[in-house]
Amino acid sequence: MSDILDLSAAQAIAAIDAGELDPADLFEAYRAASAAEDLGALSWVADAAPADLAALREQPLRGLPLAVKDLFCTEGVPSQAGSKILEGYLPPYTATVVQRLQDAGSSLLSKTHQDEFAMGSSTENCAFGPTRNPWDTTRVPGGSSGGSSAAVAAGLAPWALGTDTGGSIRQPAALCGIVGLKPTYGACSRFGMIAFASSLDQAGPFARDVTDTALLYAHMHGRDPRDATSVGLPEATVLPTAQRLDGITLGVPKDVERDGIEPGVRAAFDAALQTARDLGAEIREVELPHAEYGIAAYYVLAPAEASSNLARFDGVRYGLRTEAPDLLSMYTRTRHDGFGPEVKRRILIGTYALSSGYYDAYYASAQKVRTLIRRDLDAAFADVDLIVTPTTPGVAFPLGSKTDDPLSMYLEDYFTVPFSLAGVPAISIPCGLSEGLPVGLQLAGPAFSENRILDAAFALEGALGFDGSVARKGGAA
Amino acid sequence: MIDREQVLHVARLARLELSEDEVQKASGELSKILGHIETLSALDLSAVEPTAHVVDIDSALRPDVPHESLPREVAFSQAPDVADDGYRVPSPQA
Repeated sequence: MSDILDLSAAQAIAAIDAGELDPADLFEAYRAASAAEDLGALSWVADAAPADLAALREQPLRGLPLAVKDLFCTEGVPSQAGSKILEGYLPPYTATVVQRLQDAGSSLLSKTHQDEFAMGSSTENCAFGPTRNPWDTTRVPGGSSGGSSAAVAAGLAPWALGTDTGGSIRQPAALCGIVGLKPTYGACSRFGMIAFASSLDQAGPFARDVTDTALLYAHMHGRDPRDATSVGLPEATVLPTAQRLDGITLGVPKDVERDGIEPGVRAAFDAALQTARDLGAEIREVELPHAEYGIAAYYVLAPAEASSNLARFDGVRYGLRTEAPDLLSMYTRTRHDGFGPEVKRRILIGTYALSSGYYDAYYASAQKVRTLIRRDLDAAFADVDLIVTPTTPGVAFPLGSKTDDPLSMYLEDYFTVPFSLAGVPAISIPCGLSEGLPVGLQLAGPAFSENRILDAAFALEGALGFDGSVARKGGAA
Repeated sequence: MIDREQVLHVARLARLELSEDEVQKASGELSKILGHIETLSALDLSAVEPTAHVVDIDSALRPDVPHESLPREVAFSQAPDVADDGYRVPSPQA
């Protein structure tokens, strides 16, 4: 075996079962790589393999290491959500999704950096420093789950957990040349995820390929009595096998060409559509007349929910406290000192949108636009099996290039947000390069269509033949 | 356009202290973002029902049986200030 870090998770499991690989050696190889990383991807790395690794290797995931986004609570392990207000926080319990994966045989290897409270598209809004893209370390990895995507792309973990509220799994997966799945809303329990926007937040997997994505996802979802919005999927997740797309109709939004896509991204997207045709898919135009309003609606709803969720950070029960002579000053100063600029911006937008006199104009209108976007997608999915778009309008951008213009950063989510607002599942797979950087292809389907999405993504992945090993070898340069 | 007074009003509602520099920046940034959000006003939404939740679910309830809670010392372990089995905070009046 050349290098055990080159094995996909499925290959590593096969090697363990064949007696050719010891899970302890695999964990140690990843642990050493993680401890030496210089991308700023990881907020915590385990000192050693879990004491129960021998028992974990009997479980389906065979003790394989797992990287986990910082906002998942992990008992006794720092869980800071990228925020100074939670610096050093050690949760007394573990998030359901992480617990499920540990029960299925995952070993907790590392926690990953993220935009503070998942607010951002570049992982630059992290109180503990930015994460860099392994394809080009002068560029961002995307966000908010940028530490997880960079870690998987750079070979610091075989796979990782992220969360997606408006695109925070799909966009960093696209920018780092890996696979990321945002499940149907409710499929994965939100218990133990530090909340951003509760009606949108979903946990999901990152992996190097579609098979590993399905394998990790299969052990994540399920109803949880501790999350009243969780739902059971109607079918188990099956590993994808499709080689062809015969009989599958893919819808391309009618206005996709006018939406400010970089030429290289457009070329890679068009080539992927041709590959889909060659595999037997029918490509049809679909109308999503309200998709262009998605960003505006999202940037009312998500900040409104965030302003409410983040009220809990008040310096009383956990996290930072700034001492002050009276209670109100203690609250306001703690929050001033503990939150970064983007979090403050969103708290202000959300509080404004919910305040007396503005509620109907902003919050109620945004909820109605959400209805229109759902209807658009319902109509489209009556006509086509899946909708395909580029995941992002451009490739990974240079660090610092969008930090002074919040609106341009928000437009990163242009193609991902409509599906988030409707709560339907979507995946991003790498479909080629532009300027030497990865381009993502997004496939979205109706609620609970994860198996169909994974199958189509698997067939396309095989035909597209994207080589992600470039980033693991230290980037294109 | 969001002016200085509105920024300060919203910050008060949000229990968030802002530096003078932050107040100045927020006025321009929020105006630009809310300007984009106002594109929603181009739509006639009078006959549209709002969506608060996307998936039709019956709540995932658990049986109402007593069970052990987080031990007190564990719950307090992450608090900035604890005294007499409670969270200690400054007085509401300075």
